[in-house]
Amino acid sequence: MSLKIDDITYVYEKGTAMSVNALDHISLEIPDGQFIGLVGHTGSGKSTFVQMLNGLLAPTTGHVYWNGQDVHEKGFDRRKLRASVGLVFQYPEHQLFEADVLSDVEFGPKNLGLSEAECKERAVEALRHVNLPEEFWDKSPFDLSGGQQRRAAIAGVLAMHPSILILDEPTAGLDPLGRDEILNMVRGMKEKLRITIVLVSHSMDDVAQYADRILVMNAGKIMMDDTPEKVFSRYKELEAIGLSAPQVVYIMQYLKERGLPVKTNILTVDEAVDEILAHRGELNV
Amino acid sequence: MAMVKTENLIHDYVIRDEEGNVSGKVRAVDGVNLEVKPGQFIAVLGHNGSGKSTLAKHLNALLFPTGGAVWIDGMKTDDPDQLWNIRQEAGMIFQNPDNQIIGQVVEEDVGFGPENMGVPTKEIWERVEEALKTVGMWEYRKKSPNRLSGGQKQRVSIAGVIAMHPKYIIMDEPTAMLDPGGRREVIRAARALNDVEKITIILITHNMEEAIYADHIFVMAKGKIALQGTPHQVFSRVDEMKALHLDVPVATMVAHKLREHGLNIPEGILTREELGEALGLES
Repeated sequence: MSLKIDDITYVYEKGTAMSVNALDHISLEIPDGQFIGLVGHTGSGKSTFVQMLNGLLAPTTGHVYWNGQDVHEKGFDRRKLRASVGLVFQYPEHQLFEADVLSDVEFGPKNLGLSEAECKERAVEALRHVNLPEEFWDKSPFDLSGGQQRRAAIAGVLAMHPSILILDEPTAGLDPLGRDEILNMVRGMKEKLRITIVLVSHSMDDVAQYADRILVMNAGKIMMDDTPEKVFSRYKELEAIGLSAPQVVYIMQYLKERGLPVKTNILTVDEAVDEILAHRGELNV
Repeated sequence: MAMVKTENLIHDYVIRDEEGNVSGKVRAVDGVNLEVKPGQFIAVLGHNGSGKSTLAKHLNALLFPTGGAVWIDGMKTDDPDQLWNIRQEAGMIFQNPDNQIIGQVVEEDVGFGPENMGVPTKEIWERVEEALKTVGMWEYRKKSPNRLSGGQKQRVSIAGVIAMHPKYIIMDEPTAMLDPGGRREVIRAARALNDVEKITIILITHNMEEAIYADHIFVMAKGKIALQGTPHQVFSRVDEMKALHLDVPVATMVAHKLREHGLNIPEGILTREELGEALGLES
């Protein structure tokens, strides 16, 4: 299963004075099994881009191929694409609506025309994957805490059995523990279910810690498409477009400027600690 | 006189069943005593459900105490005669800038508050200019708010509040929905208001890096104040913060782990500069 984006553009309000090039000649491939971080300032085109990936929007020019098939060609079943490429919007808990959690998660599979037993099986499995304990399954989604609601909403998309899961700011508004729980759960989905993840985030610390490939968008273009180490070593360019590097990059950069010869392509606290300890002999403590 | 004072503040949310009968109570704020002095920059931290947003709504009389009392600049919030005066002194900024902007043009939006207060037209325009310049949005005054970035919209919301000449501003996770550039803009604006205009700021946040600029931090848990002190004092208690489902700034965490590996450096380091200092590096 793979998704190929071939030279797509997208123009909002084409032909009017308000016309905006939201996507500007983007080409890339999303193969199986990656954890991709998608970053860019507000208005850089991220949301437009992810809506291309599951066929919610059609490109103005260019093509989107799913397993080699053009998804906007006549006769292509886009419903199947939408099941295969799951999209979890920002604040997905606002879209919960059923009387109980289990029915809410079953809603998607039911729309795929699956049998009742199969829908239930998928819902149960999805709720287990998001670590929502069974005692909540017959409760109203509105009686759950914010973090639990969000997990229930993600289960609804997971029950469609996507092979790519796109999450738009899944940790917005959550406290640090809630954030870690959601991101560890998403990483588990990639590892256990072999789902490709596209994580849209404003937190550079989060994408640095979890992603193995980062896409940086700016003005409708993909400005960088590389490993976290390489992307964040260009932090001055990131700052110029309203982004930043993880905090720990700035710390290492600063220590180096003050004469400690540490590596600066470091992304996590633990790596930073190890690197500083490797230079223990040069410290004055 | 204290800018804000609470005495044994309690807030219960009442749960009603389908017929509207009271079926239970949830105590969201449970005996909070705090005092904020004029000109202070305060940060309030706490996990989701810890009671910090409920507390915030008491601090400009959007909610009223179930028990205890709240005074804003000496005025008791449950005194109906003072309500208007309290809200005039206390501005509030919320998470989502899109829910706070109503004008079609930036300068109209900022002028809306003072206009409602009955400020004379000439003075409204003076206040709009002053407020937009304070947050660095003066050159956008003729633009439509729809065309602004999240950080810019949030700065317009802040200008709308400062045009009402509040004595203090409560910001409830004002950067949660913003990109890194937007966060920097909003925090810079908040610090400038505090430093230059001497407006008291109460910042509620999940971002520990934003709290290091505060004069004093309150950490909420289960409706109570679980920890408080200067950023140095609060962030020295890494294990307690973790137990409260919170983080500490990244420089603090690096220093804490280096200590665990036997390096002789102090707890409560907040910035990279302090870390460099503690490691004995030349500046």
